[in-house]
Amino acid sequence: MTLSNCLILACMLFFVGIYGVMTRRNLIGVLMSVELMLNAANINFIAFAYFKAADSVAGSIFVIMIISVAACEMAVGLAIIVTMYRKHKEMDISRLGGLQDE
Amino acid sequence: MSDVYSYSWLILVAPFIAFLVNSLWLGKKNWKAAAGLSTFAMAGSAVYSIKIAFDFFTQLPAQKHIIAWQYNWLEFNDTLTAKIGCLLDPISVMMLVVITVIATMVNIYSIGYMKDDPSAGRFFGTLSLFCFSMLGLVVATNLIQIYVFWELVGVSSYLLIGFWYTKPSAVAASKKAFIVTRFADAFFLLGIIITGYVLKTFDFIDINSLQAADSMNHIVSVGFLTVNVLTVSTILIFIGGWGKSAMFPLHIWLPDAMEGPTPVSSIIHSATMVVAGIFLTARLFTIFSFSFVTLDIIAAVGCFTALFAAVIACTQSDIKRILAFSTLSQLGYMMFSLGVTHDISGDEGINILGFQASMFHVFTHAFFKCMLFLMAGAVIHAVHTNDIWKMGGLRKKMPFTYWSTLAACLAIGGIPPLSGFWSKDEILLASFLSGHNIIGSIGLIVGGLTAFYMFRLFFVTFHGELKESGQHAHEDKWMTTPIVLLAIPTIGIGWIAKSYFLGSFTPLGHIAQIESPHHLTWLPIVASIMGVSGLIIAWVLYGKGNYKTATALSEKFGKSYTVIKNKFYIDEIYLHITHKIIFDKVAAPIKWFDSNIVDGFMNFVGWVLHLFGKLVRFSQNGQIQLYIGTMFLGFFLIYFIYKVAA
Repeated sequence: MTLSNCLILACMLFFVGIYGVMTRRNLIGVLMSVELMLNAANINFIAFAYFKAADSVAGSIFVIMIISVAACEMAVGLAIIVTMYRKHKEMDISRLGGLQDE
Repeated sequence: MSDVYSYSWLILVAPFIAFLVNSLWLGKKNWKAAAGLSTFAMAGSAVYSIKIAFDFFTQLPAQKHIIAWQYNWLEFNDTLTAKIGCLLDPISVMMLVVITVIATMVNIYSIGYMKDDPSAGRFFGTLSLFCFSMLGLVVATNLIQIYVFWELVGVSSYLLIGFWYTKPSAVAASKKAFIVTRFADAFFLLGIIITGYVLKTFDFIDINSLQAADSMNHIVSVGFLTVNVLTVSTILIFIGGWGKSAMFPLHIWLPDAMEGPTPVSSIIHSATMVVAGIFLTARLFTIFSFSFVTLDIIAAVGCFTALFAAVIACTQSDIKRILAFSTLSQLGYMMFSLGVTHDISGDEGINILGFQASMFHVFTHAFFKCMLFLMAGAVIHAVHTNDIWKMGGLRKKMPFTYWSTLAACLAIGGIPPLSGFWSKDEILLASFLSGHNIIGSIGLIVGGLTAFYMFRLFFVTFHGELKESGQHAHEDKWMTTPIVLLAIPTIGIGWIAKSYFLGSFTPLGHIAQIESPHHLTWLPIVASIMGVSGLIIAWVLYGKGNYKTATALSEKFGKSYTVIKNKFYIDEIYLHITHKIIFDKVAAPIKWFDSNIVDGFMNFVGWVLHLFGKLVRFSQNGQIQLYIGTMFLGFFLIYFIYKVAA
């Protein structure tokens, strides 16, 4: 296992996330894809910490922080989705055109 | 300088406070309190003005003018500053007294006149605004200040003519008054600009001097016109006064202005505001006197208006309109009196007798004309009609009004020894002494006409048989008191004030004066005969309550009588010019150009931008994933550009 392997994995994960964000119709799916992209970043942190840093613990702590913050973020995101569902009775992102210019 | 003068701004502040309090707050709550406040403010100002006048005329200052206070208001640049201040000289002190005393009387009168009106509070507020503006106008130290107050006076006149704004005729009249005077004021402003540009000053004291006249007295070419700056600017400034004082042919607004409440007609459209034009001419008299062309125009316009309005007044049947035309005629007197100050034969200087006489007539006329209007209001209030033919026989019902009106009619008719006789006599004297014999003769004839139409009104209204509408006529104590009080100056002020006017009234600045004999023995006699004969003709035609002779006479004149009764169709000519020529031939093509060419171009620009907008709008379709994709695309683009550049 080398640094480049880890980075390639992170990169793939990131693009899977992008793909998911851009193609998923379901809002929750989009949210999950965003989470994937976030985890790609986490992997990068871990990898650089493990291979390059003098003190690898710092990187792990950072990742744990990010995960906890992301959990909060997710809670907010889900709350928004639930509200949107209640309002529009719709989870298909292509039919939620509220940002359209009238 | 004594303290009495330095606090003279208090005269202005009192009505201004009354205006603010009444208009913003008190007027709607309690009109009686508002009326009380306005009246007390004016009475206070009146007392102070009389005190100032007393001090001023008993101990004339050496220069005959005092700048009581002054402060730099607008500083355009180092050399040009508009000030605001308080200039006291014989004419402004005289006007202060006239305005405050008459305003106090009118305020008292209005308490009776407006008592049944639901918006009486608003009336008193606006009346105070008018008084403030008028007082500011007369004490103005410079052209900018006088112009500001000039317009304020116009606005308050507009508000008061249209006071009963639910009446379409009142609204039309207020607009007419405002537009006509505004039209004249445009020229006035032009005159101010030229004067300010050439002289680099707006102060009356600097303008009214030989140096100013010299520096203005040169010829310039404007395009194809070759003009004398002095003549042009003085004429332009005079046009402002022309409109405000309702000289022919800008007189059309004044008779219509009678749509307002009668106290308003009394103070604004007879005693004070309309003499603002005279006052302006008198204020700038010294500079005007260097341009004989201007003086000739002033004399011609004034003289023609005096005759023209007097002729119309003989045929009208609306009591207020008769008085309005009478006002026009008297304003004509004051105007031509200012114009006849230079000798017709040569340029040997200026005889300021005409100036003094004009101011004297402003002074006496204010009292008796104000009182006549108050009388008209009282009569209208009693019989609920403006038509003199429906009145009649009110002598028994309204004795105080009757006797006071008799005094006023005798005064305006020029019967000695009442006040009007003295001032009118001085005006005629000034015309004959300077060789303006034609103008003087017209003045004499107009004197006879004045006596005739005033006594026509008087006999028809008060004598004859009591008509149906007059059965319940009675006198209101609030309204009768000022009428009776104003009868005192009407009777007595003439011979008391004459020596002051002839002794101490001089225009601002220095004038090369010529001395002349101060009387012509035959003139007072002829003038009195004219007045008395007018009175006698009116008595013969209308005095006995039997108008057969009068009707026969008017029928005999037939067509010319109709033309005069319709005021020479001047209003119709105006309507024709404005509607058929200006609206159709000038305004309509301009409107077409505006809506098709100017608007068309702007619409085209808008249309093009709209098209671009539409193109951009396609990308903004609300699909969040497209937005995210665009964002990533942008990100990668920036990244690659960065890479390539590096």
